[in-house]
Amino acid sequence: MATETHGAEEGGLVFHPMDQFIVKPLMGGDKIAFYTPTNAALWMALAVLCVVLLLVLGTRGRAIIPSRVQSIAELAYGFIYKMVEDVAGKDAMGFFPYVMTLFMFIVFANFLGLIPMSFTATAHFAVTVMLALLVFVTVTVVGFVKNGAKFLELFWVKSAPLALRPILAVIELISYFVRPVSHSIRLAGNVMAGHAVIKVFAGFAAVSLISPVSILAITAMYGLEVLVAFIQAYVFTILTCVYLKDALHPSH
Amino acid sequence: MATETHGDGLADATGVAEHAAGSAPGMPQLDFSHWGNQIFWLLIALVAIYLILSRIALPRIASVLSERQGTITNDLAAAEELKLKAEEAEAAYNQALADARTEAQKIIADTKAEIQADLDAATAKADAEIAARAAESEKAIAEIRDNALQSVTEVAKDTAAEIVSALGQSADAKTIADAVSARMKG
Repeated sequence: MATETHGAEEGGLVFHPMDQFIVKPLMGGDKIAFYTPTNAALWMALAVLCVVLLLVLGTRGRAIIPSRVQSIAELAYGFIYKMVEDVAGKDAMGFFPYVMTLFMFIVFANFLGLIPMSFTATAHFAVTVMLALLVFVTVTVVGFVKNGAKFLELFWVKSAPLALRPILAVIELISYFVRPVSHSIRLAGNVMAGHAVIKVFAGFAAVSLISPVSILAITAMYGLEVLVAFIQAYVFTILTCVYLKDALHPSH
Repeated sequence: MATETHGDGLADATGVAEHAAGSAPGMPQLDFSHWGNQIFWLLIALVAIYLILSRIALPRIASVLSERQGTITNDLAAAEELKLKAEEAEAAYNQALADARTEAQKIIADTKAEIQADLDAATAKADAEIAARAAESEKAIAEIRDNALQSVTEVAKDTAAEIVSALGQSADAKTIADAVSARMKG
């Protein structure tokens, strides 16, 4: 990281596309223990604050005819409620607060990350891997608790010819364990790539000849990133619902 | 930016050591020395959101939504009820209108009959009066005629007696009277 930076500085153009992801202690110093309040902690806390503002303070009025903020809160509630109901089934409604937690955290972390100079918590594999592992562990535990050994039927495709089933079982098993990997890398990768690309374009803006193009490109990328911020949160949540459905109804 | 580079510079000393330990250069995401910190704060954030949602936000929104649903259902039922009431009122109004009409017809018919009866009575009375008057008049006329006849007979007898005496003849009254009566009958 350090050598690269110096190399770029010597060449005139300054590219630090990944500097925005550096985790730094808020209070100064350079030691990061697990409890140190870092910029990552700050922006996660801000995400929590936004959730509180939207879902608690926004619905404070409990109005029959909702205010604007309450409408958005109800929209978010209905959106995730319907998703869990449609995708995971009625018996998965107990997981609704859990799924809602994941969605609200990811969507607010993503959108807060779009504020210039902010820190994007969900661009870090530490965060997304942990989120994906939480889902993976939950799904696996729920699958075995609810279905016992029958949960293994998930890997035994009954609709396939008998000869193919062992091969399919191996493939299904691999895909099952790849789930948390793809689940986490999809989210962090998308968010990180978009932010890094914006930074690269911003680096080009230093050259006055290219800067109009560069600013246009940043604007376009930013629009795309707004889309990505929501879609990735949506994808992560709906995949969680799909995995929950597998855990509750393992037979194909 | 300046502070970032500065921070980067500060981190250089430790960063180089960490890179040597095996993390890929250029991606802070793969600097595993931060993972514990991030995971710790992530779990705190998730637990906080989960508690806030499951304890406060979600039950509140659910209750608001069901309350709204209830209100809408109630309002619809009330509207349905009011509609029924309006229909009832309309039917009652129409009924009253029809009743009033028949009542009016009846009154008209009654009045007509009454007037007719009065008229009939008056006519009959007038007829009777006319008849009585006519009878009275007839009687008076008959009387006058009788009186006239009487007078004519007397005048005729007197005249006959005078004529007879003027001719120089005498006749008793009875003969003259008989003769006059006989002539008058013939």
